[in-house]
Amino acid sequence: MTNGVITDAGFKPSGQIQFGVFFQGVNSGTIWKSEQSGSQTDFESFRRVAQTAERGLFAAFFLGEGLRLREHLGRPHELDVAGRPDAQTMLAALAAVTSKIGLVATQNTTYNDPADLAHRLSTLDLLSGGRAAWNIVTTDNAWTGANFRRGGYLDHADRYVHAEAFVRTAKRIWDAWDGSGSPSGGSWGRVRHEGQHYTIDVTPRLPRSAQYRPVLFQAGDSPEGRDFAARQSDVIFSAHPKLDDAVQFRKDLIARTAAAGRGPNELQVMPASEFILGATDTEAAEKKEWVRGLQIGPQQAIAYLEQFWGRELSEFDPDGPLPEIDPVVEETSETRGSGFHGAKARQLADQWRAEAKEKGQSIRQFVTSRTARIDSTFTGSYSSVADQLAEYARVGAVDGFNISPWLIPSGLDDIVNHLVPELQERGVYPTEYRGSTLREHLGLPVPSRPGGAGDLAIEAAAAVGSGR
Amino acid sequence: MTAAKDSSGQSGFLAIDLDGVRPVDLATTVLAAESAGFHVATFADGPVLEGRPAHRLNALQRAAFAGPLTRSIALVPEVDTVYTEPFHVATQLASLDYVSLGRAGWIATAAAPGDGGSEAAAAVGRLVVDGTALAEEAAASIEVSRRLWDSWEDDAVIRDVATGRYLDASKLHYVDTEGPGYSVKGPAITPRPPQGQLPIFAPAALIGEGHVSPSAVDAVLVSAPTPELLAVEVRDARSRFGAGTAGGPAVIAELDIVLDARGASAAARAALLEPSVRARFVGTAVELTALLDELLAEADGVRLHPADVAVDLEELSRLVLPELRRRGALLPVRNGGTFRELLGLERPASRYASQSTSGIGE
Repeated sequence: MTNGVITDAGFKPSGQIQFGVFFQGVNSGTIWKSEQSGSQTDFESFRRVAQTAERGLFAAFFLGEGLRLREHLGRPHELDVAGRPDAQTMLAALAAVTSKIGLVATQNTTYNDPADLAHRLSTLDLLSGGRAAWNIVTTDNAWTGANFRRGGYLDHADRYVHAEAFVRTAKRIWDAWDGSGSPSGGSWGRVRHEGQHYTIDVTPRLPRSAQYRPVLFQAGDSPEGRDFAARQSDVIFSAHPKLDDAVQFRKDLIARTAAAGRGPNELQVMPASEFILGATDTEAAEKKEWVRGLQIGPQQAIAYLEQFWGRELSEFDPDGPLPEIDPVVEETSETRGSGFHGAKARQLADQWRAEAKEKGQSIRQFVTSRTARIDSTFTGSYSSVADQLAEYARVGAVDGFNISPWLIPSGLDDIVNHLVPELQERGVYPTEYRGSTLREHLGLPVPSRPGGAGDLAIEAAAAVGSGR
Repeated sequence: MTAAKDSSGQSGFLAIDLDGVRPVDLATTVLAAESAGFHVATFADGPVLEGRPAHRLNALQRAAFAGPLTRSIALVPEVDTVYTEPFHVATQLASLDYVSLGRAGWIATAAAPGDGGSEAAAAVGRLVVDGTALAEEAAASIEVSRRLWDSWEDDAVIRDVATGRYLDASKLHYVDTEGPGYSVKGPAITPRPPQGQLPIFAPAALIGEGHVSPSAVDAVLVSAPTPELLAVEVRDARSRFGAGTAGGPAVIAELDIVLDARGASAAARAALLEPSVRARFVGTAVELTALLDELLAEADGVRLHPADVAVDLEELSRLVLPELRRRGALLPVRNGGTFRELLGLERPASRYASQSTSGIGE
């Protein structure tokens, strides 16, 4: 452990880590082949995970967003869990059976309308007593647009410009309530925005919540995505869980946040992660073998390659070497989700064949090593993993981890029953909820409202054209 | 399709609209409505205009919040069809059915200019939709939802370890539905909802030739200028829309109510209210009981819009519903039943079920 405590630009590590749980619903990491694998859609599965997380003092419960069912070679992808409920509808229901945990809805800025989305997020925030958050994502492709009125209207290059105009508009809608006196005595400012893609004229209808407005998460990792988060978000849902990488990512974000005129602690970091735990390191390692075997079966291994080769490869043996034939596509398509989109197929195939040959890996072994969340998995005994996480807390590398359970609905049980107490003993995990709102759990500052209603109208006028 | 009226003779169901209830009171209020014996809770929506409740949260999410708290009451939000994304609407409603274990329904509305439509259009930057185009939007959105709910056959999730398949793609279907100026590809992202198809209600103004087909909805909401004219209006609607015939919708009467309550006379309370577009009953609990008894003999159900839910629900619970129940005017309440069962509707097979061989996977 060579990392010193991060102190860049006045950054102060909290010395703590928080947990979130991401009930993914659509991915290859969720095991459906075990006898313990429960329903991906029944409310009881969601209730169980959310209530277990709340028992473990988790800060947040995340849901993803589906816009189009993933496809593989032109038909719905059959091998992974798929089919999930609408995030905000499910979270509104969970708000009724939980009392502390934050409720985070992934929602895109492309196929939603700012006024409608801001209103629905306010609704969730008010129903939950100030526990709502929005995980902001962008999308742009026409394949997804085929399910929506607008179709594929947005250029890839414009997606962050558009997203930022969208988020600014949503914030103005949330800020529009002047909050003076009692709720019935307050008043609203009118919010207008004219941009390249939207013209909005709305008088917002809802007061602020107990946490002022929903907390904003953002998951983009490109330089544009990081700058966007540095300007607009409260938490970045990152893809950098390895300690050294996490430290570099934190330092990069501190610099970007400072450049955006915000304090170094105003943007928190929660990497995506997976935990495979046991009473001993050996037990955990054995469990990992079992988990990987169920995540990447022979069919999944072949299908993974097919996605990049652009053709059926069912004639190849999953336990044999990678196919010598070349891909029939130049680039991978968007239909399996953004993580797969736009890879240079032929180049990759050459590279992978060489890599697998060198390591003596079969198709299945190779794919397992590619897809198995190598960087984001913490494997070990409860106490050794707790030691690792304590180091993250000491250094200030992250503010928490967003855990994707590989089993639904029992996937958090060992984390809550065994890992959380170990972390609490080390003084790096909360022993109670700090307050009743998500903003309080995370220790985020309450946003200040920019001026009165009159100022908002001026700001609105100034923002006209910001989408251009 | 069998309307509730046929299977139950003279009894019907009672719905209460929970507009204006504060978020912190929502849980206790919906539980009070369920305990009182209401069969259905509805949730009005739309931009807040002058004189409407100011803090109106999204209706569908209020209904979802009530889902895990309740066991028998159906949860039926209004959701606009004109200024919303049909794909999102279908997904959200299917999800409501999941969180309520099959007790979800949908009041499909079409915001007209003058009734929130202009404000809704400006909020999303669309041109105002008016006239028959409103019904076209409603018909298209309903069709998109109906098809998306069928786009996963009931047995599409197979979890077949031998072949490594979680889904059977031949049980998933593109819907390729066209609406005014848009199309929706499908399939849904949410598996088929517990009820297969959610019951859909729509206001009578949207139903008819060149509008939404009576057979596309499960119930039509009707009102009248006065409570006295309501029974006639219900009879008229029943014959116009073919209620009680195969494929005909149920007919639901809409009624505002203001009761004597908490020492204030109904008339005094009514004097403080804005005029309503619906028939408004102003009077005592005994008079209301008589009116509802009469209406429930004609209509499949009555949807009550209390002037103040907190005040009027108390009176309804104490004085009106017990007496209606005693007279046999109300359908029985069943814990764990679905909304379709309450309405006497079978759970339908997916429209695509017989075409499995032409599913996407084939």
